[in-house]
Amino acid sequence: MQVLFSILGRAAQAAVMILIVIVLNFALIHLAPGDPAEVIAGEMGGTNAEVLAQLRAAYGLDKSFIHQLWLYMSHVLSGDLGQSFYFNAPVLSLILQRLPATLLLVISAILIAIVVGTLLGVMAARRPNGWVSNLITVLSLVGFSAPVFWTGILLILLFASAIPIFPVGGMRDVARLDAGWWAGTLDVLHHLVLPASTLSIIYIAQYSRMARASMLEVLGADYIRTARAKGVPERLVVFKHALRNAILPIVTIVGLQFSSVLAGAVLVEAVFAWPGLGSLAYMSILRRDSPTLLGILLFSAVVVIVVNMLTDLAYRLIDPRIRANS
Amino acid sequence: MSLIAPDLNDADKAVDMPAPAASPARDAWRMFRRNGSAVAGLVILAAFLLMTLIGPKLYPVDPFDIVSAPLSPPGEEGALLGTDYLGRDITAGIVNGGKVSLAVGLIAAALTMTIGVTVGALAGFYGGMVDRVLMRLTEVFQVMPPLLLAMAIVTIFSPTLWSVAVSIGIVSWTSSARLTRAEFLRIKGLEYVKAARSIGARNRRLIWRVVLPNALPPLIVSATLTTGVAILFESGLSFLGLGDPNLMSWGRMMGGNRPYMLDAWWAATIPGVAIFLTVLSISLIGDGLNEAFNPRLRER
Repeated sequence: MQVLFSILGRAAQAAVMILIVIVLNFALIHLAPGDPAEVIAGEMGGTNAEVLAQLRAAYGLDKSFIHQLWLYMSHVLSGDLGQSFYFNAPVLSLILQRLPATLLLVISAILIAIVVGTLLGVMAARRPNGWVSNLITVLSLVGFSAPVFWTGILLILLFASAIPIFPVGGMRDVARLDAGWWAGTLDVLHHLVLPASTLSIIYIAQYSRMARASMLEVLGADYIRTARAKGVPERLVVFKHALRNAILPIVTIVGLQFSSVLAGAVLVEAVFAWPGLGSLAYMSILRRDSPTLLGILLFSAVVVIVVNMLTDLAYRLIDPRIRANS
Repeated sequence: MSLIAPDLNDADKAVDMPAPAASPARDAWRMFRRNGSAVAGLVILAAFLLMTLIGPKLYPVDPFDIVSAPLSPPGEEGALLGTDYLGRDITAGIVNGGKVSLAVGLIAAALTMTIGVTVGALAGFYGGMVDRVLMRLTEVFQVMPPLLLAMAIVTIFSPTLWSVAVSIGIVSWTSSARLTRAEFLRIKGLEYVKAARSIGARNRRLIWRVVLPNALPPLIVSATLTTGVAILFESGLSFLGLGDPNLMSWGRMMGGNRPYMLDAWWAATIPGVAIFLTVLSISLIGDGLNEAFNPRLRER
C-alpha cells in the first residue's frame, strides 16, 4: 500500500514536471523573433495584409498568449508535436522512427561505463597507488577535457581507417541489409562498438573515480572486517560484501546523468552518422527546421523525466532504508 | 636595541596581525604553486591566451583567406599545419579561433555562476517555499538535455557570439545552484552566522557578506571547471554549425572538415588538440585550486 502511494506520488510529480517543460518550450517558441505568419508568407513568396490576417486566424496567432498556450498544450498532450518543415512529416513520427537507435546507443554506452568503470574502480581501490589508480586519474582528466566529437574522429581514424576493423559510420552495412536476423544483429553491434565506446569514455572516467572512492570507504567498514575475520575469501568480500554497497552512488547518478548522456549522443551521432535523434537534430539545425528541433527537445525531456522516475522507484525497491523513510 | 628587546609597539602589532602566511588565500596559493600539474595548466593556458591576444599580429593570415590547394598536408605548400577543405590556412584558424572559445567560455561561465549562485543562495538561505519552488525550477532545467536546449535557443535567436554564450549560461547553471545551496545550508547554521544575526545583521547582509564569502572556495573551483565545460559546449555548438558565421572557431573548423577526415586527418583533428589542451589546462588549474583549498584531498 505504501509502495503504491509512493509510486502515485512520484508519477504525479513527473506529470507536473512534464507540464512545466511544455510551458517552457512554448515560451521559447513565443520568444522567437519575427512573426510566424510573416515567415510562412515569406516562404510562399510574399503576400498582402489580408492573407497575413487569414494566416494568423488559421494558426490561432491572433488569440491571446494564454489561449495560444492552451492550444499548444492540447496539441502536444494529444501527441501532436507539429509538422517538420524540411521532412514534411509529423515530428512525432520522425522522432519515434529514430528513437530505438538512440536508446540502443545511449543504453550501451551507460552499460559499458558502469561495468568498465566499476571494475577499474575496484582494481584501483585494492591498490590505491598502483597503475590502475594512475590510469583512472589520467582517464578522468582526458575524459573531462576532450571534446567527444574529437575522440570520435580519433577513434575512426585509428580503428576504421588506419586499422580498419570497424565501420566508419552508420548503423547497417548496405550490402548486408537483407541478411538474416542474426547476421543483421551482429552487423548493428559491429557498427555500435565505436560510437558507444566514444560516448562512454567520459562516464567510465567518472564512475571509476566514484567506485574507487566509495570502495576505499566501504573496505574500511566494520562489516568488511567482520567478513574477513570469519574467513570469507577475499574475492567474495570485495565483490559481494563491498561492491554492492559501493555501487549505490553510481546507480543514483546514472539516472541523474541520463539527460547529459542524451546530449552527448547528439554529437556522437553527428560524427558517426548514427541514424538516431541526434542525427535528426543535426539535420534539423542544418535546415533551420525549428519545429523538429523543439520536438526532439520536448520529447527527450519527457524521456528523461520518465527514466528519472523509474530509477527513483527502482532505488526505493532495492534499498530498504529509503523505503522505510518515505 | 630593537634586535635584543623589541619595543612594545612592535609586539602589539605582532599579536594583532597574524603572520602573512596564515592568510587562507596566501596559503592556498602556496599549495597551488607546489602542485606541478596545476602550474603546468597555468602555463598552457597562459600560452593559449598569449597566442589568442598577439598571435593574429605575429601571424597575419586571414583564417577565411584561401592560401593554397585544398587539403594540403602539413608542411607542404607553405602551410605549417596544412589547409582545410577550401584551401584555408589551418594555422591561421588555430591562431584566430581561440578568441571565440575563450570569450564564450568566460562570458558563459560568468553568467552560469551569476544565475547559479543567486538561485542557490536564495534557496539555501530562505528554505521553505522559496527553496521548493527554486529547486523545482532547477529540476526542470536538469531534465532538458543541455546541448539540445542550447541548440534550440541558438537556432531560434540566430547564432552570434552573445547568443551562444547566453544559451550556454542558461543551460548550465543548475549544478552551481545545487552546490551553492548545499554550501548555504551547511554554513547558515554555523555559530558566526547566528552571531551576525544576533547583532542585527539583515538577511541581505547575511547572504552576501557573511555566508557567501565562506562558501567561496568550492564556488571558485566550480567556476573554473564551468569555464572548461562552457568551452566544450561552444565547440560542440560550432561543430554542429551553430557558431557565429562571421567568426572562425576551433569547433567550426572541425565540423567543416569532418566529412574529409579520411583524406585529411590533420584538418579535422588539429583544432581538436587546441580545444583539448585549453580545457585540459583549465581543469588542471581547477583540480589544483581544489587541492589547495582542501589540503586533505591530497592524501586520497
